[in-house]
Amino acid sequence: MPARITLPTLSVISVALMAAAVTMIFFVAPEDADQGISQKIFYFHVPIALTAYVLFGLGAWKALRVLWTRGERYDLESYTAIHQGTIFGALTLITGAIWAKASWGVWWTWSSNQLVLFLVLFLFYCAYFMLRFSVEAGPRRERISAVYALFGVALIPVSFLAIRLASDFIHPTVFTREGPQMTGTMFGAFCVAWAAIVVLALVMYSVELAGKRTDAHLRELREALGR
Amino acid sequence: MSGYVGDVVALARKDLLLELRARDTLPAMLLFVVSTLVVFHFALPQGAGDDAAYGLLWVALVFTALFGLARAWVPEREHAALDGLVLATGDRSAIWLAKTVAALAFLGAAEVVALPAFAVLFAPLDAAAVLGVVLASVGICVVGTLASAMAAAGRGREVILPLLVLPLSIPLVVGGVGASVSSEPRTYVAFLCLYDAVFAILSWASFEYVVTE
Repeated sequence: MPARITLPTLSVISVALMAAAVTMIFFVAPEDADQGISQKIFYFHVPIALTAYVLFGLGAWKALRVLWTRGERYDLESYTAIHQGTIFGALTLITGAIWAKASWGVWWTWSSNQLVLFLVLFLFYCAYFMLRFSVEAGPRRERISAVYALFGVALIPVSFLAIRLASDFIHPTVFTREGPQMTGTMFGAFCVAWAAIVVLALVMYSVELAGKRTDAHLRELREALGR
Repeated sequence: MSGYVGDVVALARKDLLLELRARDTLPAMLLFVVSTLVVFHFALPQGAGDDAAYGLLWVALVFTALFGLARAWVPEREHAALDGLVLATGDRSAIWLAKTVAALAFLGAAEVVALPAFAVLFAPLDAAAVLGVVLASVGICVVGTLASAMAAAGRGREVILPLLVLPLSIPLVVGGVGASVSSEPRTYVAFLCLYDAVFAILSWASFEYVVTE
């Protein structure tokens, strides 16, 4: 979190942006001619997915800092970013399933490359937590978690390519979820929604990080007091 | 032979010799892969076609690799031999490379039995499919050895390893199945080469961080 903006301020910005996004999505942006009201979930689904990528990238960047500087604080930051990324990844899967049901009548489709990619990433990052909590806290856990997080950013493009290739022999039909080109107001609503989701992610990341840091300080204090 | 290559050869030779004497891993892998193929015969409905069988071959290979990788670091864990290796003066990535070579040798030996057995029991395999198997084996050993070292550092290592390796092996399965069933296997073979290169470099560079305190 930037040092100059405090958490309460950031939270207020997040609420304001979210209100603006909801207003724009439901009252300003025109309804999609083809999909109708169900297309509105696009304004949440795509920004959540993009934000999940940002969080995974942030987690990997902090992981690189862990390996580079051996800083303990980066480990906590990397873990928190990946935790939030996994939450946003789960939300992507849920919103994607709702959209798939509304558009194509099924809760899941293997033809949607992005959804399948998120399923793979979700499984990969769930294993991150299993791995992390199986290793005793300490420098070794920090490094192992960091290496695994770095594997994640390599897996994203490789899996994306793999799923594109797999769709050639699993499902030759390709759905295009974008439909017709976005109008100006639709694009505006999308940008505001994305900004709202990014700021929300930043707030959630900061809150969780503050909690984790307090927890770590408390533990240190307890140890110092010999309890 | 000295230096980096000498270290790798000595360490890989040590693993192969251990296996030759104790026979802990390879016979189990061979039996496992053949048993899996037999189970698949009963799992496939009649008239399922060759393509379904090719898909199941990949499931069998991935699980056989996991079976072998689960035991990869057992000799080092006993008597804390890994600490001794890490403390040695050589480059630590040589430990990873040697272990990958040994794991690949075991998996290769299992495949030498599994592929002809598959061809006899299910469907013929062409050169592209075999090349796919070779490249995917390299990939799964490359990431699997590192993941196995990670899992070995924690509790419940046998449970963690498949969770780490399976999501990472999905692109390999895509490449392998594509090379087996597609009429244009070149793209898939190239993709497997790309995967191997990316993850080999990443694993080689990061292994030191996994084993050092």
